[in-house]
Amino acid sequence: MVNVTVVMPYHLRNLAKVTGDVQLEVCEPVTTRAILDALEVRFPTLLGTVRDQVSGERRAFLRFFACQQDVSFESVDAPLPEAVACGAEPFMIVGAIAGG
Amino acid sequence: MSQVRLLVGTRKGAFILTSDGKRQDWQVSGPHFAGWEVYHVKGSPVDPNRLYASQSSSWFGQVMQRSNDAGATWEAVGNKFAYEGHTGTHQWYDGTPHPWEFKRVWHLEPSLSDPDTVYAGVEDAAMFRSTDAGTTWQELTGLRNHGTGAQWMPGAGGMGLHTIVIDPTNHQRIFIAISAAGAFRTEDGGQSWTPITKGLVSDFMPNPTAEVGHCVHRIAQHPAKPNTLFMQKHWHVMRTDNSGDQWTKVSGNLPTDFGFVIDVHAHAPETIYVVPIKSDSLHFPPDGKLTVYRSKTGGNEWEALTKGLPQRDCYVNVLREAMAIDQLDDKGECGIYFGTTGGQVYFSPDGGDSWSAIVRDLPAVLSVEVQTLA
Repeated sequence: MVNVTVVMPYHLRNLAKVTGDVQLEVCEPVTTRAILDALEVRFPTLLGTVRDQVSGERRAFLRFFACQQDVSFESVDAPLPEAVACGAEPFMIVGAIAGG
Repeated sequence: MSQVRLLVGTRKGAFILTSDGKRQDWQVSGPHFAGWEVYHVKGSPVDPNRLYASQSSSWFGQVMQRSNDAGATWEAVGNKFAYEGHTGTHQWYDGTPHPWEFKRVWHLEPSLSDPDTVYAGVEDAAMFRSTDAGTTWQELTGLRNHGTGAQWMPGAGGMGLHTIVIDPTNHQRIFIAISAAGAFRTEDGGQSWTPITKGLVSDFMPNPTAEVGHCVHRIAQHPAKPNTLFMQKHWHVMRTDNSGDQWTKVSGNLPTDFGFVIDVHAHAPETIYVVPIKSDSLHFPPDGKLTVYRSKTGGNEWEALTKGLPQRDCYVNVLREAMAIDQLDDKGECGIYFGTTGGQVYFSPDGGDSWSAIVRDLPAVLSVEVQTLA
């Protein structure tokens, strides 16, 4: 297990009842799927809010970033950069910018 | 001393408005779930402190909330709405087949006998039920698999199941409505369903009297006359006196019979209320005058109620879930409430004769429910 930092948008932090970045213990290899699995175990209220509970698909208005790279369209089972896996860089869940 | 509690869902959260039985001074709590669309909040008639709320977002999907203390605190509960079996397709706007996809919960209808049982009407249209206070949800598959699902198509706001009316004399009998599939009735608690659309005419359909495809906006019932239902359709105000086997148009002298809400007086089963809207192309009141129309004859003969409502430059809409009626009895009159897309919640203490705004500047109101508390 390694410690990974996850940055979430405002509404997900509210649902999870946290105020800042989240430190998660994640199974290796550190992948998008492994992070999301750990996130949902730690914060069950986030089930279904990042990825659909039935299809497992990322919600269309969310993107995943690691080391300034958009990994949204990478395989969720692809290993993430070492800087994320060692906690030096966060895994970021970013909401689409839209007003209204 | 009686109390009333208004549960208001808006585009940017939920609000709870409370007052004593005089309904003169109101306390406003909220926004709950700030920034989220709250399509509906409703309390259990068995345990009024048990509330259910539908919280949704284009970004984060559907979240379900439950309160056991009248909205003082909330707990996120189950939000997995999985269609059972082969989901199939319905019609898309252009008539092409489109796979069924869950988007959000439009309507919550708590059981009349069990606070842990609640029905959910969802988009894409289907009906779910929870018997564990919202922890898990199971689809009542008989509706979506009725056999006409491939012909259903979304209204402009989506293909939502928005009306659930439980017969108070027979809880196995439930009426539902879908935009735009029509209206259905079950006699066995949701296992099997019958379209109840005979008498409906919808000119936008290739066959205006087809069994399915009607854009029903709202159905209301008075508990003392459970076989009589009132319907605000896309166009036309309708009534049935045989549980939907046959509908009759009762638009009468309304200036326009397009609209969304319809409701029934608490103590007069033939007194009904609508808010006429100019047209399906112009979703605002005719001539910028916000007017409630009341019929004391169960339709056909309508009177305009304007006292206290804006009679110039008013271009708000009143959406299908946004009218409610309390059970208080002040010389035979109940309280009537409706919310607008301009963020006002209006109240009449006298059966509609006069109106005032409880609040004026909420986000666009999606739904209004009222609880009458002993």
